[in-house]
Amino acid sequence: MKLEHVNGEKKGEILLFALSTCGWCKKTRLLLEELGVDYDYVYVDLTEGDERNEVIENLKKWNTSLSFPTLVLNNDKSIVGFDKASIEEELG
Amino acid sequence: MSSSEDDSLVEDYYKKLKQEAEISGYHLNSDEEFTKELLSSILVNQQRYGYGACPCRLASGKNEEDLDLICPCDYRDPDLDEYGACYCGLYVSGEILRGEKKLRSIPERRPTLEERKENAGQFSDIGISASALPFPVWRCRVCGYLCARDEPPEVCPICKVGKERFERFL
Repeated sequence: MKLEHVNGEKKGEILLFALSTCGWCKKTRLLLEELGVDYDYVYVDLTEGDERNEVIENLKKWNTSLSFPTLVLNNDKSIVGFDKASIEEELG
Repeated sequence: MSSSEDDSLVEDYYKKLKQEAEISGYHLNSDEEFTKELLSSILVNQQRYGYGACPCRLASGKNEEDLDLICPCDYRDPDLDEYGACYCGLYVSGEILRGEKKLRSIPERRPTLEERKENAGQFSDIGISASALPFPVWRCRVCGYLCARDEPPEVCPICKVGKERFERFL
């Protein structure tokens, strides 16, 4: 699974599953950047074939409805949707 | 395509959609920048897949699997009823438009692929015998418009989706 990295303050392993076309995903990225945290993201709509399957299998573990954005924190918990309050509580 | 051509495509799309929405009692999100970005993404999907899939959901690339999420999607109206906005926040209720309720990201309503396959043809075992009616009744999956005629209309007169979005209701 190929990830894009955004540099920032390290607050754990933060992974964002997103779509390049989605408005709430964009708001989530902007919030992460506003909070200045270090994170990785993958635009699932831009993946194909085996890579798409791998990403989906991974996402399924955190969010069976396969919706976006899904933010995974420290390989431990996930925040589904642009939930500003929860993201700020975890990473603010 | 240059970005100014893209901008004018989005502008035209925005004007047309806004007018159509208002005529039928729907409202686009009044945050123009957010709304136009979504429309621009629908145009990207149109180019990418050949159909204007919902920009906030993962399209399969197979038109027949994604009919329910071509914008306006089958889930817009139930989401407007329950949350005052569609999944993307492209369409909003009067309450949200007037600022009486806050727009927020909402949960996914679309069933999984397996569930959708199970649900297909849910009206086919309805109690009334279709043969007792002089015409079949067709239902628009997007807005619920019903009509009794031999075939569904080419375009839904209410929400403007195509004939392929209708199902046999009775």
